[in-house]
Amino acid sequence: MPEVNNHKLKKIEEYEDLANRCKPKPPVVKNSIWAFVVGGLICTLGQVIQNYFMGIGMSRQDASSATSIVMIFLAALATGVGIYDELGKRAGAGSIVPITGFANAIVASAMEFKREGYIFGVGARIFSVAGPTLVFGFAVALFIGLLKVFISS
Amino acid sequence: MRDIKKRGKQTVVFERPPVITSYASIVGPKEGQGPFGNYFDQVLPDYMFGERTWEKAESKMLKETVKIALNKAGLTENEIEVMLAGDLLNQTISANYAARDLNLPLLGLYGACSTMAESMLLGAMLVDGGFFNRVIAGTCSHHHTAERQFRFPTEQGIQPTITTQWTATAAGAVLIEASGQGPRITAATVGRVIDMGQKDMSNMGSAMAPAAVDTIKAHMDDLGRSPDYYDLVVTGDLGQIGKAILEELFAVKGIVPKPSYNDCGVLLYEESQDVNAGGSGCGCAACMLCGPFLKKMQEGNMQKLLLIATGALMSPTSIFQGESIPAVAHAVAIEMV
Repeated sequence: MPEVNNHKLKKIEEYEDLANRCKPKPPVVKNSIWAFVVGGLICTLGQVIQNYFMGIGMSRQDASSATSIVMIFLAALATGVGIYDELGKRAGAGSIVPITGFANAIVASAMEFKREGYIFGVGARIFSVAGPTLVFGFAVALFIGLLKVFISS
Repeated sequence: MRDIKKRGKQTVVFERPPVITSYASIVGPKEGQGPFGNYFDQVLPDYMFGERTWEKAESKMLKETVKIALNKAGLTENEIEVMLAGDLLNQTISANYAARDLNLPLLGLYGACSTMAESMLLGAMLVDGGFFNRVIAGTCSHHHTAERQFRFPTEQGIQPTITTQWTATAAGAVLIEASGQGPRITAATVGRVIDMGQKDMSNMGSAMAPAAVDTIKAHMDDLGRSPDYYDLVVTGDLGQIGKAILEELFAVKGIVPKPSYNDCGVLLYEESQDVNAGGSGCGCAACMLCGPFLKKMQEGNMQKLLLIATGALMSPTSIFQGESIPAVAHAVAIEMV
């Protein structure tokens, strides 16, 4: 804000109070239940798939990788047919935090920017939402990796 | 002879009030299902309007709205002297491409969601000033173009906060002429840019309410009018939260148009339509004016209307750089005289 003097600052503080007073309380309990149930169902589905893969003789590690692939495919499909955003509207973190939320973020961006072409649209902007997760994910992985090298040497 | 039309600090009174001889509105499917669905000239069955992209659909909405308004007046495009229009998209492409296709001289405007009032105010000035005889003023917005420009990809599973407003898919246009039959634009107030330090892009009502109250107060003071002069004082797109704040600010400032005060963002949708705090976007005020309100005036059910269209003037860039949200509100007085 330009030229903030004490009088103006006080007015802004007063306004902040008024604005907060008029703001309805978010339905925290309802949102939490939705997030818990949907997030739980997504994880349960993942577990069922993993158990199936282990049941047909895969090692735990292989089954985990295969499960991730299936879950990512399902989320991408659900995004494509327009279900995932409806789910996310209610479930919030419940559908964002699992790996399916990550798939949704990438597919949604790809769909969104396809109309600007494959290079300046899809190619350039597919990670517009998921990008930060990748950047900081890689950065932290690198940091932990270095830490491990130093500690074990 | 200078200053004869200016009253007080920010208001002009038109000497020969320009006439709204025709108007039109087109809305999207969700707006069509709202409580005023029957008042609009056309309700689109989907968001594409036969186009390949949402941006093209939005521009087409404005173009077709202008055509309907002209049709009603029995005019063709080449009888229009100037088009005043704007929208929410970068470089106001909807207005630009609509004017290209209509082959009209264009004065492109950006006032965010205040564009309807801004275009009418300037259009009325051009006509009353004697520069032009027949201008068209309009604006449009599209839910999905706004989402992708200001928020997230539309298929992303994001939980909107309770303060979020739904950008209306709607367009409105008015034909303003020096003479003719219809409601007249009698006065207008140019709004100051007000910033009360709000930073939440998903709570525009809080950012815009102070601008609306500032303009309403200036309008009443400049003209020496009491708030009950108007049958209806209506703001553009403050939504539920902005409206609640505005009513409190009214009380502080001693303005009480409350029985006849409302907000287009609150009116446009039913509460069951899942729009959180209400409607927003340039088209919100535009379609409510060019649908229900002007129709009511024409039918003689309303005599005096004050429209205060409110616009938030930030961009995603300015918000990411830590700036707060400045807002503007322009007022136009429309009367049957």
